[in-house]
Amino acid sequence: MIAARLPIQRPSKAKLLVVDHRGNIGHRARAEFASLLRPGDLVVANDAATLPASLSGRHVPSGRPVEVRLAGRGSLGDIVQFSAVVFGEGDFRTRTEDRPKPPTLNPGDRLELGPLRATILCLLNHPRFISLKFDGSRREIWEGLARHGLPIQYAHMPAPLALWDTWTPIGGPPVAFEPPSAGFVLDWNMLASMTARTIRFGTITHAAGISSTGDAELDALLPFDEPYRIPRSTALLIKQARVRRERIVAIGTTVVRALEHAAAMFDGAVPAGERLATQTIGAASRLRIVDAILSGAHERGGSHYEMLRAFVDDETLDRIDRELNAHLYRTHEFGDSVFLERTDKRMRAVCGEPIMETAASALLKENEEEGDWSS
Amino acid sequence: MTMNHITNPLPASTEGHAGSAFAGLRVAITGGTSGLGMALVRELLDRRAQVAFVARRRDGVERVVRELPGTHGIVGDVSKKEDIHPIAVQILGALGGLDVLINNASDLGPTPLALLADTECEDIERALATNLLGPFRLTKALLGSLAASARDGRRAVVVNISSDAAINAYPFWGAYGASKAALHHLSRIWDEELVPGGVRVLSVDPGDMDTPLHAAAVPDGDRSALKCPEAAARELAGTIASVLLRRIPDSRAKSEETLV
Repeated sequence: MIAARLPIQRPSKAKLLVVDHRGNIGHRARAEFASLLRPGDLVVANDAATLPASLSGRHVPSGRPVEVRLAGRGSLGDIVQFSAVVFGEGDFRTRTEDRPKPPTLNPGDRLELGPLRATILCLLNHPRFISLKFDGSRREIWEGLARHGLPIQYAHMPAPLALWDTWTPIGGPPVAFEPPSAGFVLDWNMLASMTARTIRFGTITHAAGISSTGDAELDALLPFDEPYRIPRSTALLIKQARVRRERIVAIGTTVVRALEHAAAMFDGAVPAGERLATQTIGAASRLRIVDAILSGAHERGGSHYEMLRAFVDDETLDRIDRELNAHLYRTHEFGDSVFLERTDKRMRAVCGEPIMETAASALLKENEEEGDWSS
Repeated sequence: MTMNHITNPLPASTEGHAGSAFAGLRVAITGGTSGLGMALVRELLDRRAQVAFVARRRDGVERVVRELPGTHGIVGDVSKKEDIHPIAVQILGALGGLDVLINNASDLGPTPLALLADTECEDIERALATNLLGPFRLTKALLGSLAASARDGRRAVVVNISSDAAINAYPFWGAYGASKAALHHLSRIWDEELVPGGVRVLSVDPGDMDTPLHAAAVPDGDRSALKCPEAAARELAGTIASVLLRRIPDSRAKSEETLV
């Protein structure tokens, strides 16, 4: 009755590159991620499900086919107005870099996107980055998106992705424009085993924006502003973890952006509520909340990669890059992962050697003895 | 078919609080345009829940939305794999999250009812797709939202509508009975698995009701002996309310509260 599908989200051979707080690098199977956690850790994931944000249709003034990719919104509840990137004709089998340009877009232009109708409100500092407004009631817009929209596709995937391929197991509100893909590592059994080991788990909802547009000028504007919501329960868990000086592990870059945005706004506290993350995180950023990150294996240059520079120094990042290449890590949304502990710069400066031994460094030692480690 | 399969009937004293148990809760009901489903939409709306419902036919959905303003009508077929995520997107879009999911939409199998040996494979496949795989897929798609609700201190409940045909071997009810038996067992196992995370999965037999499904099964039956769906909806809402109001257990320890 059901056709078998490839395990797109959790291929059994997915890899995990591990970097401990001293910069030691090791390789694990990604399925073993939970073994890198220790009792008392607080794990925070983004529970946003993925919106079918790719809408094919027609630019009415020119009559030409277009693909509109919804890319950002002002608040989690807003379903009427979006920022969006417009592509010319073609589909995901063509790399975004090679897609034909869309027709000239002007404020007031009408778009027909399946059953949906929209008007371009304005251009956003780029000829194909627009703000658009849908016609109709909220119900009609949700129905139009649900029935006509497709998840944003990737040229590197052998077959089109269905919406279910892009929802993480914990996916809740459909507000992300692309999957918060670090969450693919989680499954319900892993969460149960974490609970059994008194590892705590909380979620935020962060409307992850698109990761790449295929246009260098536009990509330079990434990440766009992203609304996020921190539930009361997660705010409380964060507060408790900080009081107990326990480690906070972010599943994905979106969690880092949201928690650090809140902490910067409230002088180190992370209160519950909905806000709009506007900052970027890079080498100069001070991380106040997040101690470690599980993320995709990102390529140098993107905003996700930049964020990793807040966790480790450039010398370590260079070594990570070499390891990723040498071990053929796959760098896309459905690829392999990295787990980075934040380098404790202060401790290193004062003591020369870190005092605390972490679970990851203990594992690294174990593996060094087995001769498994490449560095 | 009666409510007596529910081993833990609602104590009368709780009923007084039951109305408030749903206030502001986000509830989704499948098969919401006729029979028990529509009675539940009305009952839970009266109890001040935010209600979204799903049904296959657009005209039926629009009729119920006109009749019960404030409800969110969604057109979709839970027996179709391709419809599940669009349904989930629209439920979550309308309600912003989810606390209670009621898998009520049901398929009788062959009509008129047939001996298993006379049942077409397509008919039993359709009954399984609607009564078992649909609830499984929709619950799975919405589980992230239900678990988030439970983590945030609200109770999250999935209610799967069962039948005494899930327990007793009634000739002619093979496709329906087998699919409901599978749903009943799925509910019990899933409840065991999810209880630590604060999500409950109940299997509830509402009893024999005067509904279109019953009329299709027993066209010349005595309707006067049947429960009206409104009364069944009221009882069912009381049962769910008692679970919602129950204190969240600290451990997996469960009392005699397994339903059906």
